[in-house]
Amino acid sequence: MRTLFGVAAACAAALMLSACGGGDDAKKTASADEAFDRNPYPSTYTPFPNAPVLITNATILDGEGNLIEDGSLLLQDGKIVALGADIEAPDEAETIDATGRWVTPGIIDNHSHLGVYPSPGVTAHGDGNEISGPVTAEVWSEHGVWPQDPGFTRAIAGGITSLQVLPGSANLFGGRGVILKNVPSRTVQGMKFPDAPYTLKMACGENPKRVYGYGNGGFPGGAPYSRMGNVAGYRQAWIRAAEYKSKWEKFESEGGDPPTRDLELDTLAGVLNGDILVHMHCYRADEMAQIMDMSKEFGYKVTAFHHAVESYKIADKLAEYGACSSMWADWWGFKMEAYDGIRENIPMVHKAGACAIVHSDSEVGIQRLNQEAAKAWSDGKKVGIDIPKEVAWTWLSLNPAKSLGIDDRTGSLKPGKMADVVIWSGDPFSVYSKADQVFIDGALMFDRDHPETNPVMDFEIGQPGEGDRK
Amino acid sequence: MIRTLLTSVAALGLATAPALAETFVIRGETVWTGTAQGVIENGIVVIEDDRIVSVGGSGTEVPDGATEITAAWVTPGLIAAFSQTGLVEVDAEDSTNDTAAAMSGFSAALNAADGFNPDATAIDVTRIEGFTRLVVAPDTGNSLFAGQGFVADASGDLDTELDEKVFAFIKLGEAGAGLAGGSRQSAMTLLRAALDDARSYPARYITQNDGAVLNRVDAQALAPAARGQQLILVQASRASDLNAIMDLAEDEPSLKFVIVGADEAWRVAPRLAETGTPVIIDAFSNLPASFEKLAATSENAARLAEAGAIFAIANVGDGSHQARLATQLAGNAVANGLSFDDAMIALTSAPADIFGLTGFGRLAPGAHADVVAWDGDPLEIVSSPVAVIIDGEQQSMESRQTRLRDRYLNLDESERPHAYTRP
Repeated sequence: MRTLFGVAAACAAALMLSACGGGDDAKKTASADEAFDRNPYPSTYTPFPNAPVLITNATILDGEGNLIEDGSLLLQDGKIVALGADIEAPDEAETIDATGRWVTPGIIDNHSHLGVYPSPGVTAHGDGNEISGPVTAEVWSEHGVWPQDPGFTRAIAGGITSLQVLPGSANLFGGRGVILKNVPSRTVQGMKFPDAPYTLKMACGENPKRVYGYGNGGFPGGAPYSRMGNVAGYRQAWIRAAEYKSKWEKFESEGGDPPTRDLELDTLAGVLNGDILVHMHCYRADEMAQIMDMSKEFGYKVTAFHHAVESYKIADKLAEYGACSSMWADWWGFKMEAYDGIRENIPMVHKAGACAIVHSDSEVGIQRLNQEAAKAWSDGKKVGIDIPKEVAWTWLSLNPAKSLGIDDRTGSLKPGKMADVVIWSGDPFSVYSKADQVFIDGALMFDRDHPETNPVMDFEIGQPGEGDRK
Repeated sequence: MIRTLLTSVAALGLATAPALAETFVIRGETVWTGTAQGVIENGIVVIEDDRIVSVGGSGTEVPDGATEITAAWVTPGLIAAFSQTGLVEVDAEDSTNDTAAAMSGFSAALNAADGFNPDATAIDVTRIEGFTRLVVAPDTGNSLFAGQGFVADASGDLDTELDEKVFAFIKLGEAGAGLAGGSRQSAMTLLRAALDDARSYPARYITQNDGAVLNRVDAQALAPAARGQQLILVQASRASDLNAIMDLAEDEPSLKFVIVGADEAWRVAPRLAETGTPVIIDAFSNLPASFEKLAATSENAARLAEAGAIFAIANVGDGSHQARLATQLAGNAVANGLSFDDAMIALTSAPADIFGLTGFGRLAPGAHADVVAWDGDPLEIVSSPVAVIIDGEQQSMESRQTRLRDRYLNLDESERPHAYTRP
């Protein structure tokens, strides 16, 4: 990320009181960061109180490709402090004997609509897609997130510690995604992953042309009607974004009056600046190839293709370009662009040296992404793609963390990283294993053995079901 | 159950009997029988023609010249207890989707068997995951009566025999209310009136084409259900909706209901058990996804079993392409308190019994030879079948998906484009 949001925000607020820079110096320091606050809805999340925890006798997958038998893991001050066979722990550390159990980094789902398409899925809750036009880069998913979605509590029971909430996929440009810590809060700001980059949701293929083309969508009626129209729509927007970006660059170098703000182009220019990561819904191999070329045309990078049902057909090209594929284990057939889905997509992408990610796009699937990875791992193995479990786990934590620009802080059990950790009742590649304890920044946020301590959202209070297991 | 013409003909030996009379000896380290024999370690299942002839331990007498299959696990063929498999190729492409007919003038009479396509790619995809029988339901269009459901084997053979009109499918609860004009009371009024219409068929239709609700054709089709000669499969979720169905059954004791969805079934489990009302549940349902599922829990299956209720497990949420995930659902039910045996029963003998599929869902002498051999525990997500036998015939383990996979396992196209690769 180029800007330190917090600093820029403080300065922007101060500018209005003429106390930050100002006077004759103003011209020399003119910048977009000072002209407007790039982080007006900042994270207010801070880790919850936590005491040192020493987990012992566990089978540990460190998330970076290593398996440690009979291992120990020390969490302290919200961070991973040490892992290995023999660890010195402070006297006050609580010891958890994890004999027979497995320990992994928390799972990160980089494609969720929790909060924006919450439970219950009533009409009043359909806040996940601003379908009013094919280019809505100006909307931010965080403004649609309902933090009381009971889905967050089910996800933590499945070991989810961070997630990306994306807008839906009707539009060419659907808007900004938001990265959350999976901690209940009264506000979205209280869930936001501190200092995480913003992301942009884009979509290929059938959805935009189905929703906006004449004859089917009807509203607003018009383009895009075809995949040709899709690509023309992206390109026209990128041309406008490039022009907007150069206006700001001119302002930054020459000063004067700042350009008029445009929310839509703020986001697109943020992509061209490299500040905002592109996550693009795209099923078909040939379309992904076109999009990779388009990104070169306009000088940005696709961080991850989502759904990517045909990534196996061009896994070599995806590896060469350096895009992740965010995939289901086995969804297929619900529309033409999902018709060629196969069970081995994930391991075949991995085998080609490309970045593979298991995602959910589902309030049901997010509860057991470890099982989805296990299916893919097993199906790969049966056709000779033998990937160790400890390597396959990168699909669930480190690779999604990379795709969200947070891998320097979470996604593996590397000392110094956030203590986002799951203790599983057994091998998480088994259908019978469950997340026993989930730590987020070292705080125990879910404990299966003590359901009375687990979160229940407002919506479920006083209802016949109060959480999963009332 | 109303047998189809095809089935009747087959019984007379005139139509498609298995092509070759074959004998199989299937050895499993673990043989789960679904009968009083329980689990047999190092067991043997012998098949002759289309029947299982013996099931026993390692000392079981085996015939000469049999095809031998050895596997870690052997189970009865699984039954997809609620699906749309074979009615649709691509959900979003209307031209390939025969699940529902919103523009039709008919409802209860729509016979899903007429839309069955044995070449649907989802059938192979489902079969190679261990499913040998598909219970197939149409979906509702513009009425709460979806039409007639059927049972097919999962061979994908062009001359697949169907048990047609095994059940009438309807929706109550929120969906039924929406289809019936806007409220649950409207749906119940409509249902009761339709049953009256159907029971009075043909008498009241002698001088007119329309009843209170149903036209002549729909009344005729619903008559067996209204007279208790056919199952009525009802989709409903809320506890009060399940009670309403059982209330109706109390008022009209000849009616035979099976409830699918039943997300809040655990709350009325004792009554379901007492009345013998079976349910088909989606074991993933644990969210208040709607106001009729506020008490959904991942322990639904375990609590139903505890109360002695009859239940099957199916992927109710996606039955067209992913009926195969019922094993994963059942495994998760075990992780949430259900016994392994009850989970297996929910995929085999329970759906067989619910739908009157005599001789299916169990490994027993005389039973139909639907048998699956596995490389591990069938409920484990890392396990898969190594052999699938339907009516005594060993099935192909290929699907369009496996063909695509094999085409692209090697991405080198320096010699020829992938279009020339047909592994």
